[in-house]
Amino acid sequence: MSKRGSILYLDGITVSFDGFKALNSLSLIVGQGEMRAIIGPNGAGKTTMMDVITGKTRPDEGEALFDGNVDLLTRDEATIARLGIGRKFQRPSVFESHTVWDNIELALEGNRGVVDSLFHRLSPAEMARIEEVLETVGLTAQARRLAAHLSHGQKQWLEIGMLLAQEPKLLLVDEPVAGMTDDETAATARLLKRIAREKAVVVVEHDMSFVRELGVRVTVLHEGAVLAEGSLDAVSADPRVIEVYLGR
Amino acid sequence: MRRATFIAACIIAAMAILVPVLNLWVPADSALHIPDHLVPLLGKYLCFAILALALDLAWGYCGILSLGHGAFFALGGYAMGMYLMRQIGSRGVYANPILPDFMVFLNWKDLPWYWYGFDMFWFAAIMVMLVPGLLAFVFGWFAFRSRVTGVYLSIITQALTYALLLAFFRNDMGFGGNNGLTDFKDILGFNIQSQGTRAALFAATALTLAAFLLMLQWIVASRLGKVMVAVRDAESRTRFIGYRVEHVKLFAFTLSAVMAGVAGALYVPQVGIINPGEFSPANSIEIVIWSAVGGRGTLVGPIIGALTVNAGKSYFTAAFPDAWLLVLGALFVCVTLFLPRGIVGTLSEWWEKRPQRTAAQAPVASMEAAQ
Ligand SMILES: Nc1ncnc2c1ncn2[C@@H]1O[C@H](COP(=O)(O)OP(=O)(O)OP(=O)(O)O)[C@@H](O)[C@H]1O
Ligand SMILES: [Mg+2]
Repeated sequence: MSKRGSILYLDGITVSFDGFKALNSLSLIVGQGEMRAIIGPNGAGKTTMMDVITGKTRPDEGEALFDGNVDLLTRDEATIARLGIGRKFQRPSVFESHTVWDNIELALEGNRGVVDSLFHRLSPAEMARIEEVLETVGLTAQARRLAAHLSHGQKQWLEIGMLLAQEPKLLLVDEPVAGMTDDETAATARLLKRIAREKAVVVVEHDMSFVRELGVRVTVLHEGAVLAEGSLDAVSADPRVIEVYLGR
Repeated sequence: MRRATFIAACIIAAMAILVPVLNLWVPADSALHIPDHLVPLLGKYLCFAILALALDLAWGYCGILSLGHGAFFALGGYAMGMYLMRQIGSRGVYANPILPDFMVFLNWKDLPWYWYGFDMFWFAAIMVMLVPGLLAFVFGWFAFRSRVTGVYLSIITQALTYALLLAFFRNDMGFGGNNGLTDFKDILGFNIQSQGTRAALFAATALTLAAFLLMLQWIVASRLGKVMVAVRDAESRTRFIGYRVEHVKLFAFTLSAVMAGVAGALYVPQVGIINPGEFSPANSIEIVIWSAVGGRGTLVGPIIGALTVNAGKSYFTAAFPDAWLLVLGALFVCVTLFLPRGIVGTLSEWWEKRPQRTAAQAPVASMEAAQ
C-alpha cells in the first residue's frame, strides 16, 4: 500500500524532546476504512504519534498525509479536526460543566465560526443525530446529566460519542478501556467494531484481551519506531516483541 | 438560571424608574424619599456592576482572567470625559472656547488631533466603545494567537493597565496628566450638577445594566456561550473538535472590553472626574474580587458581588478608614476558601442539589440494549 488508498500515511516522523527521540523515524500506513490497533510499552511514543497527526506537536522531520494527499504538518489542530480527524484522549477529556447532550451538540458536525455559533438554532435533524449518537454509546438515559457526574467508563463513551458526532473519516482512540470493568471493556470493543464498519479507526491500547477482541491488524511501537506489524498472533510470536513488551 | 436573570433584569429596570421618582417627586420628609447624594452613589455602584458583569463574560464564561479590565473602564471614561471637557467651552477658568483649561495652562496653542470630534456626543459615544474594543481586539489577537493563557495572560493584562497608568500621568499625553479631566458643566446641554440630570444618568445606567444582562443571557445560552464554557474548562479539547479557540476568546474579550468602556462612560458624569488613578492595577484586581464574591460564571452573581462589596467599601471606608484593604483581602480569602463559587454560585448549587437525581445506572445494560 502506498499514499494512494491510505487514510493516514506517516513517513519518517521524528520528534525529539530535548534530544530524546520520542518518535524515531516512524512510518505507518493505515488504509481507507481500516481499523488498526497500536500496542507498545509505556513511553513507546503512541500518544506522541497522535499528537503529531492532530497538529499538537510538530515533528522535526518526516511526512504526514491524510487521505492520501492532505499535508497534516502545515495545519493547526482546529483545521485538522475540520478535515475529519477525531481524537479521543488518553485521559477522558469531556466538558464537565456541560450536560451529556451539550457535549455531543458541541461536537456535532457543522459550522464552527463565532457568528454561526452565536445564531445557531438546533435543527430537528441535528437533534435526531444527537439522539442517535447517544443511543450508540448507550448514554440516552444520561442525556441531561452533567458530564462531571458520569462514571469513568461513561466519560470514555461520551468522548467516543463526541468523536462520532464530529463525523470524522478517521478516529484516533487513545486507551479507551483504561480503568474500565471487564463488562465495560467488552461493550467498548463491540462499539468500536461497529464504528469501524464505516470509518477508519486507530486504537492504542495496552489491554491484550481487548486487542484480541478487536481482531484487527496490530502495529507494535517501541522506542518511537515500528517494531513489528501483523496479526496479533503473529506479532505475539515475534521474539523481539516478547522481549520488549509482552514478556515483561 | 435563565429565570433568575430575567427577574434581575426586571428589578434593575424597575429601579431605573423607581429611584428617580423617589428622589425627585417624593417629598423629602417622607420615609421613602431617596436623598440627593445617594442617587449618584447608587449610579456609581451600578457602573461597577456593569464592569463586574463585563469581566465575568471574559473570566467566568471564557476563562480569561483579565487583571486589566480597569483600563478599558478608564478608557471609556476618558472618552466621555473628553466630550464633557469640550462641552465646557468658554466657561472654563481661561475662557478659551476650544482648548480645555489644562491645555491653556500648559501653553498649548492648538487642540491635539485626537481631541477632534469630541465636541459631538455621538462621536464620543462611538469612541467610548471603539477605543477599549480596539485595544482589547489588538491585544487579544496577539495574546490568544500566541496561546498566552493562565497566569501569563493575567500578568500581561496587569502590565497593560500599569503602562496606561504611567502614560496618562504624563502631562504631554494631553489628557490632563495627574489631575485628569474634571469641572464638567453640561451633558447634552443639561446641567450635570442638577438633580434631574443625575436622576436621568442613574436611569440610563440602570437600563444599560439591564440591557447588558439580557444580551449576555442570550449569548451564554447560545451555542457560542457553550463553546466559551468549553474553552474555559478544556481549551485543547475544544480545539480538537474543530473550534478556533482564539476567535472565541477574542470575541468574549473584546465584547467584555466594550462593556467595560460603556461602564466607564456612565461613571464619569456621575462622579464628576476621571483621572489616571482609574488605571491603577489595584482597581482591576478589585473587579475580579467583586465577580468572585458574587459568583463568577453566573450572570447575576457579579452584579450582586459588585453591589455588596462596594456598599461594604462605602461603609468601612467611612467607619474604619484604615481597615478597608484588610477587610477586602480577608473577604477574598474567605470566599476563595469557603465559597469558591461565590454567593450566587453556592446558592444555585444548593438549589439544584435539592431534588434527588433519578438518572438510571447500569449503563452497560443500556448500551447493550442499544446495539
Ligand atoms: N512534551 C513532552 N516533553 C518531553 N518529553 C515528552 C513529552 N511528551 C512525551 N514525552 C516523552 O516521550 C516519550 C513517549 O511518550 P508517549 O506519551 O508518546 O508514550 P506512550 O506510548 O503514549 O506511553 P503510554 O503507554 O504510557 O501512554 C515518553 O518517554 C515521554 O516521557
Ligand atoms: Mg500514551
